[in-house]
Amino acid sequence: MNRGISYTSAFMTLLKRDLQIAVRHRGDIFNPLLFFIIVVTLFPLGIGPEPNILTRVAPGIIWVAALLASMLSLERLFKADFSDGSLEQMLLSPQPLPILVLAKVLAHWILTGVPLILVSPLLAVLLHLESSSYVALMATLALGTPVLSLLGAIGVALTVGLRKGGVLLTLLILPLYIPVLIFATSAIDAAGMNLPYDGQLAIIGAMLVGSLIMAPFAIGASLRVSTN
Amino acid sequence: MWKWLNSYADPQRSYNLAGTLLPWFAGLAIALIGVGTIWGLLFAPMDYQQGDSFRIIYIHVPAASMSMAAYMGMATASFIGIVWQIKAADWAAASIAPIGAVMTFIALFTGATWGKPMWGTWWVWDARLTSELVLLFLYLGVIALYASFEDKVLAARAAGILAIVGVINIPIIKYSVEWWSSLHQPATIKITEESTMTGDMLYPLLMNIFGFGMMIGALTLVRFRAEVLARNGMRPWVRELANAEATK
Repeated sequence: MNRGISYTSAFMTLLKRDLQIAVRHRGDIFNPLLFFIIVVTLFPLGIGPEPNILTRVAPGIIWVAALLASMLSLERLFKADFSDGSLEQMLLSPQPLPILVLAKVLAHWILTGVPLILVSPLLAVLLHLESSSYVALMATLALGTPVLSLLGAIGVALTVGLRKGGVLLTLLILPLYIPVLIFATSAIDAAGMNLPYDGQLAIIGAMLVGSLIMAPFAIGASLRVSTN
Repeated sequence: MWKWLNSYADPQRSYNLAGTLLPWFAGLAIALIGVGTIWGLLFAPMDYQQGDSFRIIYIHVPAASMSMAAYMGMATASFIGIVWQIKAADWAAASIAPIGAVMTFIALFTGATWGKPMWGTWWVWDARLTSELVLLFLYLGVIALYASFEDKVLAARAAGILAIVGVINIPIIKYSVEWWSSLHQPATIKITEESTMTGDMLYPLLMNIFGFGMMIGALTLVRFRAEVLARNGMRPWVRELANAEATK
């Protein structure tokens, strides 16, 4: 069968299209980021401003906020394409579906994951994180947020056809996020105590590689189920 | 072999087969759990450290191991349903999910009541406990996803994919006590070597484990039969069955 264009150009076309759409609706980039920042600022107000306590809980707060922000933004990953029918066109196209969904997920990560990584040192300052943990924080976010996007996209793909998918999505995805959260925060904690943390980073890296290989197929299969 | 197996994909035959198997599963379950529980609770020797409170093991361990076994059963059924498009497998997966969720809850609950006198706390955020809690969430996610589709064929597909993705959690639960330093004790029953438990404590435990397995089988068969009837309500054989039931 003639595919028309190569895998690479199909991937790049879709990536560029998604980025362009997002740039034209800037709210989609900034709202999850604002949500992330606001959630983090709520914690010092809630548990009191003592620096010692904040230092202790900062890795967890930043990571939990990142999980929630990623979930909030994921909900719209396939929604617009689903409602205007372009998702169906992607499913019908001769290009392999895993490549197309990988492009969409990568675009999503560039739009929501990368800004989150860039703003995280600022939040770390606000929460009095140990200065030795900054690198660990950014490294875990850089390795971990793509995992969140990939795993989350499976849940989104499963619920895209449902009208009330929002709360359900939380129930489906958050359990799968737990391992990332555990290893990321333990890496940051270890860095705060000047201990080596490359073991935890390696495990998150392994999760990234594993989900990068498997998740696109699961997402593709889920999309075929939901669009039917 | 496949031809012979495929004939059971027919709803009516699988319904009847489930009906024939049900008394065997139920009978074995009642016998094994009855003997195992009475032996374990009344006649097994007392633990030299934990006294009588160790006896909750006869509920806790079977529930915990069967919660994982039920998950694997559900995921296998979903896999068969997705790959070979056998609807009976989808129904089986849908009927196991709530039973597995209850097993997981029982394991967590008895674990907490055992933890209170032994560890001095109901709950610790330890690898084994947390991963078992995640298992409960996975079950609930599968159930919720299955319930939220109107079209049950799609629902089974979607819930099946989620169930298969969640299988990753099973080895994590199993090996959590070895990979992380954990408050939870490592496994005492070993398949390949001698168990670190004396025989008169071990045999009732093994009986209860198999009994719980049979019980899950029996409950699944009951739910499976109900699911088959619910999904085939428009078929003539189901109507005949209902009429026969009504005139009785």
